[in-house]
Amino acid sequence: MSETIVKSANWRFVELGRVVLVNKGTYAGKLASIVEIVDHKRVLIDGPSSGVPRQAVALAHVTLTPLVVAGIARGAGSAAVAKKWEAASIASKWESSAWAKKIAQRETRSQLSDFERFQVVVLKKQRRYALKKALVKA
Amino acid sequence: MSIINQAPKWYNTEDASIAKKARKAARPQALRASIVPGSVLIILAGRFRGKRVVCLKALEDNTLLVSGPFKINGVPLRRVNPRYVIATSTKVSVESLSLDKYNVEYFSREKKSKKSNGEKEFFGDNAEKKEVKAERVADQKAVDAGLLAEIKKISLLKQYLASSFSLKNGDRPHALKF
Repeated sequence: MSETIVKSANWRFVELGRVVLVNKGTYAGKLASIVEIVDHKRVLIDGPSSGVPRQAVALAHVTLTPLVVAGIARGAGSAAVAKKWEAASIASKWESSAWAKKIAQRETRSQLSDFERFQVVVLKKQRRYALKKALVKA
Repeated sequence: MSIINQAPKWYNTEDASIAKKARKAARPQALRASIVPGSVLIILAGRFRGKRVVCLKALEDNTLLVSGPFKINGVPLRRVNPRYVIATSTKVSVESLSLDKYNVEYFSREKKSKKSNGEKEFFGDNAEKKEVKAERVADQKAVDAGLLAEIKKISLLKQYLASSFSLKNGDRPHALKF
């Protein structure tokens, strides 16, 4: 018989300290940390360092990120969350993630003028040409 | 009873129309703030639709004087309706150009004497070929020379004006910035 390897799943859990990205409402696009789980659909979040006031939100309106603020106690106050948030350097970790970069790129692209969009097309063409040339040589 | 109050013998079949008196003076339309001399426009209607052109100045008949320049994208010195134009934020300096001679009369057609239409004319057998006047060609060249010098100063601007605008999949023109 073949051997079966049992591994724990690498899911993002709804847990204390889990950093979430708010998708809906006034604070859309901002990060916050889970402070308390209200029920299976709602959590209490707090983002003192990112400008999200303490509030209960539906999990359908936030996305779980891979980041977790370590050592957040159940129902921790805003001051404690801010302290732990800085200690875990969540902001810099988030900014260096591919996810955040993609969001930032989408934002800059949407603000480009017609001429700048044309410049993007030309530069992309140049990059493609250089890549193909290098591939043929290799 | 006096004769004045007698009914008239006949009436007009229709009431004579009285021309309405205008109480306001017609003023030239106010142009959008985004259109200034030198701004690059995208033409949306007519045979040059999709072309990116340079706005030279506003004329008194509420149209815009534009040039491709002709050398770059084939759009001649021409009047366009500002309603059928997208103004972009890109600007070219047109201060060095002398544009005083271009007015409404410059673009008006010559009056031709109407002759009786024979059969030949009806079928367009001896229709005269329209030729561009030498004066127009010279004017176009003079304006283009100044414009091209300015366009050269910004890299890729020439290629940009040569390309034409079109909507691609997923483009939402109301959400785009120009």
